[in-house]
Amino acid sequence: MAVTDPPKIVTSRMGHDDSHTLERYLATGGYEGLRAALGRTPEAVAAEVDAASLLGRGGAGFPAGRKWSMLRKSPVTYLVVNGDESEPATFKDHLLVERDPHQLIEGVVIAAYALQVTRVFIFLRGEFALGLERVQAALNDAYAHGAVGRDIFGSGFSVDVVVHPGAGAYICGEETALLESLEGKRGFPRIKPPYFPAAIGLYGAPTVVNNVETMSNLPWIMTNGGAAFAALGGGRSTGTRLFALAGHVANPGVFELEMVKTTFDDLINAPVLGGGIPHGRGLKAFIPGGVSAPWFGPEQLDLPLGQDEVAEAGSMLGSGSVVVMDDHTCAVRAAWRITKFFSRESCGQCTPCREGSGWLERIMERIERGEGREEDLDLLMDACDNISPGVAWPPQQTTICVLGPSIPSSISSAITMFRDEFLVHIKEGGCPYE
Amino acid sequence: MTEPTPVAAPRRASLAPAAPAHLSADMVARARDLIALYPEPRSALVPLCHLAQEQDGWLTPEAMVDIAGLVGVTPGEVLGTASFYDMLHTEPVGRYVVAVCTNIACLLGGAAELLEHAETSLGVGAGGTTTDGVITLEEAECLADCDRAPCVQVNHRYVGAQTPGSFDQLVADLRSGARDADIPSHGTLVRVRRTTGIEADPAAVAEERRVEAEARAAREAAADGGAS
Repeated sequence: MAVTDPPKIVTSRMGHDDSHTLERYLATGGYEGLRAALGRTPEAVAAEVDAASLLGRGGAGFPAGRKWSMLRKSPVTYLVVNGDESEPATFKDHLLVERDPHQLIEGVVIAAYALQVTRVFIFLRGEFALGLERVQAALNDAYAHGAVGRDIFGSGFSVDVVVHPGAGAYICGEETALLESLEGKRGFPRIKPPYFPAAIGLYGAPTVVNNVETMSNLPWIMTNGGAAFAALGGGRSTGTRLFALAGHVANPGVFELEMVKTTFDDLINAPVLGGGIPHGRGLKAFIPGGVSAPWFGPEQLDLPLGQDEVAEAGSMLGSGSVVVMDDHTCAVRAAWRITKFFSRESCGQCTPCREGSGWLERIMERIERGEGREEDLDLLMDACDNISPGVAWPPQQTTICVLGPSIPSSISSAITMFRDEFLVHIKEGGCPYE
Repeated sequence: MTEPTPVAAPRRASLAPAAPAHLSADMVARARDLIALYPEPRSALVPLCHLAQEQDGWLTPEAMVDIAGLVGVTPGEVLGTASFYDMLHTEPVGRYVVAVCTNIACLLGGAAELLEHAETSLGVGAGGTTTDGVITLEEAECLADCDRAPCVQVNHRYVGAQTPGSFDQLVADLRSGARDADIPSHGTLVRVRRTTGIEADPAAVAEERRVEAEARAAREAAADGGAS
């Protein structure tokens, strides 16, 4: 494996300080993809995205083209962009909305044209104050430029795009919770079926919900063709993808890498990427795709960054975030903090998640504090089993959304990989790393 | 024997929303512009809560009454919705809400120690406000700035990775007003205003809403039929 040098599909402007301005955008090929799209039929644009085999970049990895094709025919349909990036250690959409908002808007208008929708809502995480300002400013400029609004570039196609600020709730990243929130309600995920908002979405109308990064790929695909995109990567994982690398690495950041061609080892250790673990320490474990994902150890370093490859190894590429823990990290403390996160963010609708997350958090906390009991390990696994029977991967579902069944991953990973550490905490009455 | 005095029926509170009484005229105008962007007024509920926080620094009961009237729900529904969201404060907060992320990436970067330092130096626990009312300290979940850990936001503006030393300087700068230009007081979220309304063909939008209303009525009729 090696670090390849693919074209920069979504990060080509990141080297410019003014990458967020219309001037820079137009000077670097901006809105050419939209012009190309408007010169073709909506069906041809959708077919191009289908040919790219673009997998959704939000976390579930569902093919974007297929999602579009599922949109129920109706007089009113909507496109909603999910920019509620809140998965711990995921910070790629943050980069895209702040640094290249026009690319997002161009992608959005291309998708709106393919889907023939007239109203798009870009739901941005409320904590992205600068991102909200950048996207709104870019949108104002895009309207004035004729790229959004009525009769776009003289094509006869019209669409309005509205930036909608969230207000702080992890669960709103779940697409049905996001729609509830956008309707002015608490962010409670909706009962499934229907599984896809493409059937019943915003205000009950058929709705496509796509991630910010997914949208940001569309201008390049329109300019360069779906086949060129599909030629990058491998297997089902085509194109490039943004990987957010954090934790114990010399050079944390967001890297655009060719899917499958690059490995976790490359991402973490290559000098041009993560630059390895500092202070001469070794790798203890890493989380490959958001805190819902089961952890990996050094033996999985050679796995390629591909959706199916990581799934077959028992975890998920998820949101594209990788958290590295060095060998001085307390596994109990790390798993406890992740559990605390889920406990805080459980929306409270379903008993296994609402009650289970609190139980698990309190047990993990007392073990970390040195007040754990021997039977706590079995108790933890029992509580995990009540949330997701079998504590398997992919997890069994007991709740309306996947937040609940995601809770056991970090605990079962930590117990499986580092059982001795739990026992030391319990027997010695404290954390050995403090 | 005199006829018993008829007991007056309890006065039914008017269901018609009162005119906004707390939000300023400018805020009400901005609120109406926002409402016009959505097919359903209630969709503007959260954005209007942000506006109210811009005016008052937090979400006051009086503002919630106004918002309820503007979007056509009860004040209880505004509170019930707002209380779900971390950024909507139904109790007063300081001029600056300082959020220290302690989630996994920041934890690995020393966030727990930073939060402990912040609590000691400010003299308040997470969730508390300093006695001078200037700073509210929060322990935050991931703020999506993980390559600058431990990550801190002030009023949702990123201030970069912090050490205990730099944190004290940050607090001093906040108190002295040195950061006023880049960090507005709490509640002001987006300083860039939308410059256009809905531009798509008004007839198409009207038709869109008519079809939506019909579909909604049909769904409600079906739901009523199922219930009886």
